[in-house]
Amino acid sequence: MPHRTVYEAKIEHLQILDEDGKLDKKLAKDTLTDEQVVHLYEQMRICRELDEIAFKLQRSGRMGTYPQNKGQEANAVGSALAMKKGVDWLVPAYRENAALFMHGLPMHFVLVYWMGDERGSKMPEGVNITPLSVPIGTHMLHATGIAWATKIRKEKDKAVITYFGDGATSEGDFHGAMNFASTMQVPCIFYCQNNQWAISVPREQQMNSQTVAQKALAYDMPTLQVDGNDVFAVFKAVKDARKRAVQGGGPSFIEAVTYRLGDHTTADDARRYRDQGEVDAWLDKDPLIRTRKYLESQGVWDDKKQTALEERAKKIVAEVVKTAEGIEKPSPADFFNSMYAELPADLRTQRDTMRTSSIGRNPEQIGLKAQAAGTR
Amino acid sequence: MPEMTLVGAINHTLDLALRNDPDVILLGEDIGLNGGVFRVTDGLQAKHGRDRVVDTPLDESGIMGSAIGLAIAGMKSVPEIQFDGFLGPAYDQLVNHAGRMRTRTRGAVTVPMTVRVPVGGGIHAPELHSDSPEAIYAHHPGIKVVMPSTPRDAKGLLLAAINDPDPVVYFEPKRVYRSFKEEVPEDLYEIEIGKAKVVNEGDDLTVVTWGAPVFQCLAAMDELPDDVSIELIDLRSIYPWDIDTVCESVRKTGRCVIVHEAPLTAGFGAEVSSRVQEECFLHLHAPVQRVTGFDTIMPFYKLELEYLPEAPRIKKGIEECLAY
Repeated sequence: MPHRTVYEAKIEHLQILDEDGKLDKKLAKDTLTDEQVVHLYEQMRICRELDEIAFKLQRSGRMGTYPQNKGQEANAVGSALAMKKGVDWLVPAYRENAALFMHGLPMHFVLVYWMGDERGSKMPEGVNITPLSVPIGTHMLHATGIAWATKIRKEKDKAVITYFGDGATSEGDFHGAMNFASTMQVPCIFYCQNNQWAISVPREQQMNSQTVAQKALAYDMPTLQVDGNDVFAVFKAVKDARKRAVQGGGPSFIEAVTYRLGDHTTADDARRYRDQGEVDAWLDKDPLIRTRKYLESQGVWDDKKQTALEERAKKIVAEVVKTAEGIEKPSPADFFNSMYAELPADLRTQRDTMRTSSIGRNPEQIGLKAQAAGTR
Repeated sequence: MPEMTLVGAINHTLDLALRNDPDVILLGEDIGLNGGVFRVTDGLQAKHGRDRVVDTPLDESGIMGSAIGLAIAGMKSVPEIQFDGFLGPAYDQLVNHAGRMRTRTRGAVTVPMTVRVPVGGGIHAPELHSDSPEAIYAHHPGIKVVMPSTPRDAKGLLLAAINDPDPVVYFEPKRVYRSFKEEVPEDLYEIEIGKAKVVNEGDDLTVVTWGAPVFQCLAAMDELPDDVSIELIDLRSIYPWDIDTVCESVRKTGRCVIVHEAPLTAGFGAEVSSRVQEECFLHLHAPVQRVTGFDTIMPFYKLELEYLPEAPRIKKGIEECLAY
């Protein structure tokens, strides 16, 4: 028998709440209560407001480049709710703001960060979040390492989730992180927000794989594709993965199929490379629309509540902007002071003199020259 | 006091660190059962277990990145990169992540990691096994770089590195691994990172070097006439480095020769030379001289001794500087 099958696999897709806001009750069992869905909907809506205002701040020169989250909010809120705040670690990329807030990061931190101030990444005590990661795919290894430490220390009921995009799965470090996590069987959840575009390169050009989820098969990792605009599916997938992780079942992979409704960042113009028709089709799948439809169908949401939420979101975000813009420019000493736990002497001199040239630091030399020239 | 080689001293120190601190974890390629390709970690896995002396997948970036994660979570990770030439794939993680984490979070997230790397030539190794990349890492803010040349210094600097709250690249000159033994105190002691060592006091000329060339410099000095008095400084730490000790010495001697294995251009000698010129300008009797590897790729081993700054070339550099 020259050929025999030594490995077989399949990739499943999970959707619980469809585009029309219709729920699969059987699959939804033991997932989210209506009260939780209301909470998640509110978080998504507040984040959407922040997103719109952040865009305007950039356009009016009050903030630097900013990557909008628009369209992907269900991923952030559904996953964050399944994690344990103050215990688990979140290792983010940069398009899951709502997850950071739900995990304890004050909202203005994100604006402070994009306003070009490191203090936006100075996580408050007890907030287990690594800083936003702008280079693609490099942070997943840190998630693996943090989860590994959790395993070595036998910390109970603690896991790590890391977020990244479809483009990141082309990076070598993605595969390194997956291989290490799998080999060491660490409690880590790899959450891929497959938003179809890595700046201007579509997913089909990014990889020849039919799904992103299948990449995890190579690492023998439980893997699943979910509808990333469906809070129920996202929550369930992450909840199951977390349960497996804390029970010693090792890492899991989730490919969440979603869509970047905005440009890559405020410095990008997606009209240069993608059709409006495609964007329009995805507008109908917007997680906010679908979640609202569901809540209305359950009789727990109406126009009045919507208006109240929108007003509340405006108020919250206005306050957040005020806080962020009210933070004074740091002193230049700040970029020296955190270089090392204890600054080397020469770095202290650079900080204290704000110069790298040496003559002024050697008055003896200036003095001698002045004497020689008789100009003292 | 037991006598140890450099390999023995590092092994002994890692053993002590593992014994005294449950947060210490060693990870790397072949470091467990096999004890490392140079046997630096020989026997440590058997003693401390597979969870603390870990054979990893063959992925330098993976080793560095997951070691960063371990350190973020509060472990004192000690990754080994098998050879200097294999640091390349781990460069991004080391430089762009380990080196930046503290400052970009203004101290909220830190990386107490010690990266062990065998370094340098002179042992007839294959290509990419004999490089001296210390200047590259010294150039990148946020990390520290050390290179001990003796067993005693190796222990003190390794303990200092492991206990340092910031990432340290700890280069081990492989040419010295088994070249000699010396007495190494058995207790826990640290040598401050950033402090050079005056190996030999002298009045006529200062030689600044680090790593294996310390011994080539000593050999060169043996060949000089008895009335020539050389001050030999082993820098030990490349960043931060001991500007004061070097400059005080040059202000005394008025002449300076810098010796290192790495190529001349933008080697760390360029930095030392520049600082000496800035700080000792009025005391210099001759231009600062550099005796280093050439600006070529490190040749395969048939010609490695022609490439490296060996004693005759160092002696010539010293004589010329004295004659200026």
